[in-house]
Amino acid sequence: MNARVFVNLKPGVLDPAAKAVQGGLHSMGFDEVQSLRLGKVIDLKLEDRPDAEERLKAMCEKLLANTVIESYRIEIGD
Amino acid sequence: MAFDVAVLTFPGSNCDADLRWAVDNTPELSARAVWHKETELGSPDAVLLPGGFSYGDYLRCGAIARFSPIMNAVMAFAKAGGPVLGICNGFQVLTEAGLLPGALLSNAGQKFICETVVLGKEGRETAFTKGLPETLRIPIAHHDGNFFADEATLARLEGEGQVLFRYLNAQGERQAGAAPNGSMNDIAGICNAAGNVVGMMPHPERASDPALGSADGSALFSALQGFLESK
Repeated sequence: MNARVFVNLKPGVLDPAAKAVQGGLHSMGFDEVQSLRLGKVIDLKLEDRPDAEERLKAMCEKLLANTVIESYRIEIGD
Repeated sequence: MAFDVAVLTFPGSNCDADLRWAVDNTPELSARAVWHKETELGSPDAVLLPGGFSYGDYLRCGAIARFSPIMNAVMAFAKAGGPVLGICNGFQVLTEAGLLPGALLSNAGQKFICETVVLGKEGRETAFTKGLPETLRIPIAHHDGNFFADEATLARLEGEGQVLFRYLNAQGERQAGAAPNGSMNDIAGICNAAGNVVGMMPHPERASDPALGSADGSALFSALQGFLESK
């Protein structure tokens, strides 16, 4: 099975890199951009197992995200 | 007999040799290198986590080092009340491990900052800060030293005297925004609730001899010596 994990900084946590990218878009004339966050996408290929979702959550909590500053979302594919 | 100070080395640590030198340069302290793949610490009197770029800072600074085999022993040592100091990347590892609250974000200016800063010492007296002068000149060298904690955690750190070092302005005065990296409340170093685990972004080992431009950092190692002798 495949899974995709999205990790992003929580709202309110300063993201200077995202601010720089947003500034770049603005200077190109894309003034409609109101906010921008730079996150991570982590693609995983996993052995099928009944507790896969639970274990993915554990991976996120323990390593893939730092929940002090980041939130995550898991998408499970085929 | 000299006190045994374990200095960890992770793949990508680059301040470990300097840190061992600063420890060995302190009377009664003897540094011992411990490779991250070890699972036992032996019976050290203190454990130090050096600066550097462990595991290339992949994923997040300190995130992978936190799962190095030696870290279980470090967690046990810290939980038993042993003195632990994390410097720069070592501080990041300790926050990732949950031994210290908060997190270190990218510097607000998105630049790697390498400069000598003026630090104000405050808060509780710990194994590494007891008897330190009010201000110290110590260098920083990092890209991710922007201290962040949620409101409740920040209030607790301030209220419980867990803020040990704060960035001051060049005149050595408290000034909001004096932190060169955007740190909340200009925080440069903290301790845990029990006071035995300390983390700081500035590098005391890089200011541990007059030939290095400042010897102010050696006060932390002398403080450790004093603490261990008084135990």
